[in-house]
Amino acid sequence: MGLTNQSTGSSLLGNGTIIDRTSCSGFIIALSGNPNVGKSTVFNSLTGLNQHTGNWPGKTVATCYGKYKYKNKNFILVDIPGTYSLMANSAEEEIARDFVCFENPDATVVVTDATCLERNLNLVLQTLEITGKVVVCVNLIDEAERKKIHIDCKKLSDRLGVPVIATNARSKRGLDELTDAVYNIALGFVRANPLQITYDETIEQAIELIRPAVREVTGGKINDRWVSLRLLDGDASLLESLNKFLGFNIPDNSILRQDLKKARQFLEQNGINADQLRDRIVSRIISISEEICRDAVSFGNKQYNDTDRKIDSILTSKIFGIPVMLALLAVIFWLTIAGANYPSELLANLLFGIEDRLTDIFISLNVPGWIHGVLITGTYRTLAWVVSVMLPPMAIFFPLFTLLEDLGYLPRVAFNLDNFFKKACAHGKQALTMCMGFGCNAAGVIGCRIIDSPRERLIATITNTFVPCNGRFPTLIALSAIFIGGMANGASGSLVSTLSLTAVVLLGITITLVVSKILSKTILKGLPSSFALELPPYRKPQVGRIIVRSILDRTIFVLGRAAAVAAPAGFIIWIMANVRVGGVSILAHTAGFLDPLGKLLGMDGYIILAFILGLPANEIVLPIIIMSYMASGSLIEYSGMEQLRHILVSNGWTPLTGICVMLFSLMHFPCATTLWTIRKETRSMKWTLISFAVPTAAGIIACFIIANAARFLGLA
Amino acid sequence: MKENLIELKNLPLGRTAKVKHLSSIGAARRRLLDLGLINGTVVEAMHKSPSGDPTAYNIRGAVIALRSEEASKILVELN
Repeated sequence: MGLTNQSTGSSLLGNGTIIDRTSCSGFIIALSGNPNVGKSTVFNSLTGLNQHTGNWPGKTVATCYGKYKYKNKNFILVDIPGTYSLMANSAEEEIARDFVCFENPDATVVVTDATCLERNLNLVLQTLEITGKVVVCVNLIDEAERKKIHIDCKKLSDRLGVPVIATNARSKRGLDELTDAVYNIALGFVRANPLQITYDETIEQAIELIRPAVREVTGGKINDRWVSLRLLDGDASLLESLNKFLGFNIPDNSILRQDLKKARQFLEQNGINADQLRDRIVSRIISISEEICRDAVSFGNKQYNDTDRKIDSILTSKIFGIPVMLALLAVIFWLTIAGANYPSELLANLLFGIEDRLTDIFISLNVPGWIHGVLITGTYRTLAWVVSVMLPPMAIFFPLFTLLEDLGYLPRVAFNLDNFFKKACAHGKQALTMCMGFGCNAAGVIGCRIIDSPRERLIATITNTFVPCNGRFPTLIALSAIFIGGMANGASGSLVSTLSLTAVVLLGITITLVVSKILSKTILKGLPSSFALELPPYRKPQVGRIIVRSILDRTIFVLGRAAAVAAPAGFIIWIMANVRVGGVSILAHTAGFLDPLGKLLGMDGYIILAFILGLPANEIVLPIIIMSYMASGSLIEYSGMEQLRHILVSNGWTPLTGICVMLFSLMHFPCATTLWTIRKETRSMKWTLISFAVPTAAGIIACFIIANAARFLGLA
Repeated sequence: MKENLIELKNLPLGRTAKVKHLSSIGAARRRLLDLGLINGTVVEAMHKSPSGDPTAYNIRGAVIALRSEEASKILVELN
């Protein structure tokens, strides 16, 4: 969910990107597996590279890689998308297949879930059809043992013909054996003897009809038996990939084309059409999986899923499902609101203390006043503001939300909410991409890859910004505390602001559904596509790791972004406020120009300007507003919520202004990072512009109605 | 059609049944096959979402939620 370096692009490999083998010396190891089997944990444990992990299907939405060393050899571990199959039913399966098939990894590690091995073997067997250089990692073995599921890895390995290693990546159990097995396979010290799947006589004959021609065309660069089978299955995307990666244009080859036609006719004559062929292939693989598992897996307790079942019967029940969900959300907000105050003040004291020291140094060095103004009162102070006001709520909210994610609760949210999404003609997994949006909308947009249908993916992309991201939460929290919670007293204040924040999020979800529906009826017409959502077993969260990682990740990320964005913004605002044209500062001129629009929407020109200047990062919107209100164009030192309230109120803010700013914060153009990500994901300027325009229009309409209704009714 | 065949969406919670026929086509069908849903697979209806749809099924040890549209295209025989 979090916006780590991996998900923001620094180490993303786009679709079909080939790792440049010349630039990196090392053995390339592909890490594949079904969604949600702890693949990312294996990845992190082996490489130490910190990639965000979570407990929901389809987590790894992009290909990441990391390096490790073993016995003085370099290994490059590539985390390919989690899939159930390699039959290219979706973009992710295509990426996974292309990697295993065309990138020629020196070994492929297939991570499987020990508690659900039979289904996982489907992918193992499909991988073995492509390559024998495979190591099977039976992960989550501790969980299986707890559920009294016994797995005989020796027997499994004998049957599959490749090494099988039991691991529990969280506790690093079995990882040494895994690295060793990978080493042996990659360097060719162990020759695998992979299980060969044979199909019905008819299918085998059809394969043999085209196999010679396939062998001729591919020249041994790729497993011809497997390619033949896929060609019979009519896998169009494989044709594209063969052309893209190896330059083989199958349809151009007349012999192969004829043979393929013959083989298809042969199948038809024997009563096997395209759908039946696929059924038979899949059924065969599944029945082999079944048979292997009967042999190698034993269940000490048939009712091993009882606890999960009991928990689910409450968390997804008609009576408690939705209320529990809302309560959990509210508790997280309350902890965030109540817990953020003290560290905020602590940070402010520290950072503004440093500022005083810096000022002393500037004075002692006789630095001109304007340089001090630009660097300290402009740039540094903005930075200090962003860090002390914005960082604590993020550092509290993020680990709490990650905890829910780690437990496996989020797919239940999608389960509970699915019917609403279905009615909006949208995809059920959109609830998951919304959850990712809480962390960061750019991550949410990348997450939309888990939705296969292009139409529904676009809907999820365009509406993702209606979920307030981590960067907007602190603004919403501060404003709800001041203008809504502030009306109540003391302890009930934080309760009121909790409720109002929950209401804001609910509003965001409602708007998401309404806009999704509107999009489905207008520019993105269509019916909901098929959908199957896995509800993974609940898992004990790694509390220590979550806290350390999210605080570290968040802290480093927020500080980095603040330095990159807030500091220059502070610089620009200081200049705008201090350069005067006709006796009035540029800042006042611009704000004056925007003021009529601002007033129309219940806000003012400075606020609109702050939203525009906040395009690079939502974190800086509130600091820019405050900074602009200070005549000198620099912020005063932050000393607490009360002071913030004073500044806003003395600049003409009413509860209506607060509400309109909150609404506009919830509904306006996505930040620059998100827009850039949308452009990259949709590969379309048109959809990027629509993603900009739709939320902005929604925000303008909402604020206009609220502001004018309140004025008309004499409430403001 | 045999009389004891019902649509999966009508399988009462807590009951198990055996898959007899898949009538979904194309991508939807392949998705079901990937989950291990083939002729003879035993399926149990576990939970309904608060609004009654989708329903979570136990398919080969994994809990999978299917919308009623999908579940109506799977014919099962009550165990």
